[in-house]
Amino acid sequence: MRSSPPEPPVTEAPRPRRLGAARGRPRQTAGELRELHRLALQAISRPLAPGWQTQRTWVDGRPTREVVESFIKPNDRLTSLERLQIYNKQYWFRLLDCLYDDYPGLRAILGQVRFRRLSVAYLDKYPSDSFTLRDLGNRLERFLLEEPQWARPNEQMVLEMARFEWAQVVAFDGEAKPALSVDDLLGRDPASLRLAIQPYITLLELNYPLDDFVLAIKKRDAALRGEASNAVDTESPSRSSRKTPAVRRPRREKVWIAVHRLYNVIYYKRLTADAFDVLTALRDGKTLGRACALAATRSTDPTACAAQIGEWFRTWAELGWFCKR
Amino acid sequence: MAASRFNGFTDLGIGIGLRIPHYAHILSHKPSCDWFEIISENYMCDAGRPLEVLDEILDQYRVVQHGVAMYFGSTGPLDREHLKRLKRLVKRTRTPFLSDHLCWGSVDGTFSHDLLPTPYTFAQAEVTARRIRQARDTLEVPICVENVSSYAEYHASEMTEWEFLNEVVERADCGILLDVNNIYVSSRNHGFDPFDYLNAVPAGRVGQVHIAGHSKFEKYILDTHDHPVLPAVWKLYAHAIRRCGPTNTLLEWDAHIPSFAQVHAEALKARKFIEQVQQGADDQTANNAAVKQEREAYALVTA
Repeated sequence: MRSSPPEPPVTEAPRPRRLGAARGRPRQTAGELRELHRLALQAISRPLAPGWQTQRTWVDGRPTREVVESFIKPNDRLTSLERLQIYNKQYWFRLLDCLYDDYPGLRAILGQVRFRRLSVAYLDKYPSDSFTLRDLGNRLERFLLEEPQWARPNEQMVLEMARFEWAQVVAFDGEAKPALSVDDLLGRDPASLRLAIQPYITLLELNYPLDDFVLAIKKRDAALRGEASNAVDTESPSRSSRKTPAVRRPRREKVWIAVHRLYNVIYYKRLTADAFDVLTALRDGKTLGRACALAATRSTDPTACAAQIGEWFRTWAELGWFCKR
Repeated sequence: MAASRFNGFTDLGIGIGLRIPHYAHILSHKPSCDWFEIISENYMCDAGRPLEVLDEILDQYRVVQHGVAMYFGSTGPLDREHLKRLKRLVKRTRTPFLSDHLCWGSVDGTFSHDLLPTPYTFAQAEVTARRIRQARDTLEVPICVENVSSYAEYHASEMTEWEFLNEVVERADCGILLDVNNIYVSSRNHGFDPFDYLNAVPAGRVGQVHIAGHSKFEKYILDTHDHPVLPAVWKLYAHAIRRCGPTNTLLEWDAHIPSFAQVHAEALKARKFIEQVQQGADDQTANNAAVKQEREAYALVTA
């Protein structure tokens, strides 16, 4: 690729024919352009009807066909509505697939059909507000708090799973600040020292051992992928009806977890209630001394708590969890 | 042409899109590959595994950034935070130029995550060109815009797609990432002659060419990037290279991705067409004959 013909001059391209003007039609204005984009996105992002078809009735009761015909041309093979439907389907398949991948635990609790209904309702109320699909679930917890009916009859478990799985998104590529080492902490006055927890760490107090549950699901799914190594998916996973062996839902049990990463691998670290209290207090801006005192006050075994604090801090500092506030 | 101000004066050769299933192979075997194209948005994060992998790739290979979320055709102001993140990545990769699509995809802060075709109007061209210029001024690298494949057309359009492309790149004074597969897909979906499109493209602005596979359905063709390049698309590629000269070429393969070796071998098929152009560069008669042959061969494979 080293010997190329000489570069031709960049000449001005032939100017477009004024098709609209030629027909006596006024040119589109900037305002009309924006309205066209709004209308198109509204049509593209409307939830699909059963059978993965574009809804036949528009929001105001008119036939959707009539609305779409006003801005999309038909061709010799497809009506305006059929052409729009290609984009309408792609929109939903893409977004549903993204949530499908990001929320395996939620899927396992709800089952495929109820998970899909939840996803559609969520995205209909909270369409993407970010350039990246990574953020697609950023308001799922809020949605579940506002509309708990989508989680029935396991509202609390579903809500906690949504938090737990979003924490993994954050841990995967969330910001990391320069970590403080054990040496950085030595000799500092606990009464005035305020530490921050790394932004990629999420501390969770859960009523179900969702860490074990998700690990069991991932183990099962990895085994299934191994068995189907030569299979080629011909349709979106969120649309397929593949049967997978169920993993037993977790029983109620209080657990405290830090979702974090180490060497760019995500981990779930179980904490004691006392350790969780210390970290939460630090995260919320309490001084080191105040955080430890609070934990000791709340602890069922203050003596053991006090004895363990040094070891906890050594471990957390080694994991790089602390940074400057 | 191979090297121009629109692609940072690069003559990169034939590359492939960097995709996650190939990470392990690339990092452990360090296979030969002229260059990789990365999807910018996959690395516009704060930390973590994506950036760790990217840094390892950057140690070994030339990398060019390709975006999917700039949405030059959207009507609102450019997102300054997005541009800041993108600029941080530009500094990290030292990409000689970057590309994104001639499309829109968001309105009023809601994102479609799709490359939606624009109406081909003067108002749209003005908005698009302004946003391209603003992005280039902020990012301080040349920008090439890529023609998208489309499945719908607007009543509002005032010109053809290739006239619109010309209108935008002239107003923005930017380069073109010419996707010949997208031209093929759109030509079949909308019933135009892809050679009319190729012949109207200002060759001197083409900084890169994309090739890819697609899927044929009963009534339309979908740009799925899940197949080898089809013969008809290779014919268009040959014609494009004959018009533009040997140009940075990249194969996209995004679904049902085979091994690195298979994807790379598919991309290297482009070499044959580039060599043909290099050998016949000074022979106008041979060139004319080749163009005629390409059109005839295209007609045969699409019949």
